[in-house]
Amino acid sequence: MSSSPVLGRRAFIGGGAAVAASAGLLPAWAKPVSHGLASNAPGTVSGSDIRLTVADSRFKVGGKIGHAVTLNGLLPAPLVRLKEGQNVRITVDNHLSEDTSIHWHGLLVPFEMDGVPGVSFPGIKAHSTFTYEFPVKQSGTYWYHSHSGLQEQLGHYGPMIIDSAGPDPIDFDREHVVVLSDWTFLHPHRLFTRLKQEGGFFNRDKRTVANKGADPLSAEDARMFAAMRMDPTDISDVTGAAYTYLVNGHGPSENWTGLFRAGERVRLRVINAAAQTIFNLRIPGLKLLVVATDGIPVRPVEVDELQIGNAETYDLIVVPEDRAYTLVAESIDRSGVGIATLAPRAGMRAEVPALRKRPTLAMKDMGMMDHSAHGGASAAPMDHDMRDKSKVDFKVGPGVDMIAPMPIDRTGEPGLGLDDVGHKVMTYKDLASLTRNSDRRPPTRCIDIHLTGNMERFMWSMDGEKLSENPEPYRFARNERVRLKMINDTMMTHPMHLHGHFFEIVNGHGDHQPLKHTVRVLPGSYVEIDFTADAPGDWAFHCHMLYHMHAGMMRVVTVRPLDGAKA
Amino acid sequence: MSLTALLLAAVAQAAAQPASGCTPEHAAMGHCTLPTAPVQQQSKPPAAAPTPDPHAGHTMPQQPVAADPHAGHDMGAAGQAGPEPGPPPSEALSGPAHAADEIFGPAMAESRAELHREHGGMLSYMIMVERAEAVVRKGRDGFAIDSQAWFGGDIDKLWLKAEAEAAWGEKLEHAELQALWSHAIDPWFDLQAGLRHDPQHGPDRTHAVLGLQGLMPHWWEVDAALFLSTEGELTARVEAEYDLRLTQELILQPRIEVDLSAQRIVELGIGSGLTEASAGFRLRYQQTPAFAPYVGVEYERAFGGTARFRRAEGESRDSVALLAGVRFFF
Repeated sequence: MSSSPVLGRRAFIGGGAAVAASAGLLPAWAKPVSHGLASNAPGTVSGSDIRLTVADSRFKVGGKIGHAVTLNGLLPAPLVRLKEGQNVRITVDNHLSEDTSIHWHGLLVPFEMDGVPGVSFPGIKAHSTFTYEFPVKQSGTYWYHSHSGLQEQLGHYGPMIIDSAGPDPIDFDREHVVVLSDWTFLHPHRLFTRLKQEGGFFNRDKRTVANKGADPLSAEDARMFAAMRMDPTDISDVTGAAYTYLVNGHGPSENWTGLFRAGERVRLRVINAAAQTIFNLRIPGLKLLVVATDGIPVRPVEVDELQIGNAETYDLIVVPEDRAYTLVAESIDRSGVGIATLAPRAGMRAEVPALRKRPTLAMKDMGMMDHSAHGGASAAPMDHDMRDKSKVDFKVGPGVDMIAPMPIDRTGEPGLGLDDVGHKVMTYKDLASLTRNSDRRPPTRCIDIHLTGNMERFMWSMDGEKLSENPEPYRFARNERVRLKMINDTMMTHPMHLHGHFFEIVNGHGDHQPLKHTVRVLPGSYVEIDFTADAPGDWAFHCHMLYHMHAGMMRVVTVRPLDGAKA
Repeated sequence: MSLTALLLAAVAQAAAQPASGCTPEHAAMGHCTLPTAPVQQQSKPPAAAPTPDPHAGHTMPQQPVAADPHAGHDMGAAGQAGPEPGPPPSEALSGPAHAADEIFGPAMAESRAELHREHGGMLSYMIMVERAEAVVRKGRDGFAIDSQAWFGGDIDKLWLKAEAEAAWGEKLEHAELQALWSHAIDPWFDLQAGLRHDPQHGPDRTHAVLGLQGLMPHWWEVDAALFLSTEGELTARVEAEYDLRLTQELILQPRIEVDLSAQRIVELGIGSGLTEASAGFRLRYQQTPAFAPYVGVEYERAFGGTARFRRAEGESRDSVALLAGVRFFF
């Protein structure tokens, strides 16, 4: 347990010496009871020269011990705390007998420091060392993780906070980092094989004769799903059947507790570091003031719940009273939950709400209009071709089981299963950047990018091609302003992440459209993003579902010319 | 999709525009109705050295860095009209094919190969025992095994199938082994071709196999195959099964199998046409999909010449069997 005093906000800022914690498996901020973040606490590394060691380790949760890949022996990995404007040198020692890498998720670094083996650097070979060196050009809440194999599932991820050079635009008295993740005792390769063997292997809440009366799906819609060989309950590929959901490395019964004093403005820096889980996050009894996403401040918006995709980050301000609260991170399919407590004193617990009923996919998740929502206006709904190859100009092979006939913009929706929860749930349309965006040029061209897959064979791709098929990169001219329209031709939400750039979600907020590095594209919908290709080099662009990426849902984005060439 | 449906879809889409934030202007420009024209304009760059050509013949892109606020189609409404699809400007094709090669040199080639292998190129496998069951049937209790295994990538796999059937303490009544190359031809079906050998008691056979295995609409699993034996005999078999999920753990599986023959095969006791068919139910209990014990019942019947062959041997043409077994995979 941390013995640090309750610190005011000022005390958190400022560089401390780099401390590589080697004792214990949990960083101090993630100890069972945390007073908040302090820059010099064990488990936090900072300064201009940082050393991280990747090694095989063991991780214990729920009384069971499994094999983990950790940094400095910690899971989650140490909090890397930097200051905007500084330069940093981070030396990574790989003690594994396989390659590793660290990708600085959301950081604007030179491409060769971005840490994606085979795209931006050769990777860090077994038993060797690589030094990352880059200027820190931004501030906010970020994270880092392996981009090698399936190491991220084994614990190779950690939070990163960058304090702003000037006054923090976000006012708070105390801060906690909240790292959400998923843990399995199944080896990730075995888990992947299971998904290839049977796409629905981990779904233990399918539609049955016994329960189908309780589902909102009409008999006609159910027939439509069956005709398409689609499972309306196929919401998470990997579920609570295999996963323990973690908050700061703690299982639900271990009750990680973040302390506060009543009336304080507590900043929660929430990072979804899960390999394959989208979470619905709420703290019953507390309003959540969303003040930043993916590191960038937004106009504060008050909500009761939000869906957080893999690799997204949200900064939330809560003002708790003198009582305990439960932080509930429910998996999108509601097969399990990550639990933590916010309390004024250690040892307190609030009521843990029961899991809510799992949602069911509906017609609009197929990219069809929601006929029920349009009264009697529907005409021959059964006649839609769900795989009309003429709608796309890529090769539609066995890896594409559906092409959404009429995808719509769903950025104004809260996410699967959250339409009818009876309280305010954040949507992307609620987000507007706090300051005016700097590049206000309209995009000069647009590109359609289809997110494609085959649920039955667990194949995932972009524009029908897996990365293993060596597809053409998406090519951009340096400083070109472009619109990407990502069309989800699958029945799953894909958190899409573009490396090296922030993009605006085209959500109608003009020059205050929110800046993000990762966006959830809901089933049967499209999301338009505008971005300026101002970072020369090669960048990964992929679904942040680890197993979707591993199955091929990734592309390379090239921005030319490089430095030194004519700009 | 029929033309009518296409039109209906277009109308419905247009009707949906206000809700989807797509302006009528936008729609009128053809951006949000059906993209029948190619929208993917990622033109394949020249395979050879992509030297930037100053007047590269690309007609559409405005100067990418020109901050032209009235860029062609700014139809009011705060730039709601989307930009046009277009190929990348010529600068986008300049420079090296792989940026990291400029810094890390030849080490990149190896890691790029690994990148591809790890992102869609991995191999997988499955070993599945569909049925390993004790068969209780009047006069000839015994067992039956039906299993298959595959190994390979998403599209091409090596597929092995093995079946065996015998009465307790007797020689194999029927056995067959198949080694097939399996190729995905659509999202749900594999075309399979290869060899089948029947090492059973009595006259054995080797066949060339051509089959189709996959998932029909409404979740019927189907395995259909044609067999051409070394003796020139053509036979066929169609199997279909369905999982009716009663609860999460309890699954009722109806299953039918039909055997056909193009000719009489006297030495195997097979008539021509429909030879045998069976239909049954298995009720299995699966706590995980990977292991499930079951009980079941199956009715089997021989038809036509096959039935006559059976009667000549003193067997009845049909039978009912009670089954108890296990289904598992790993």
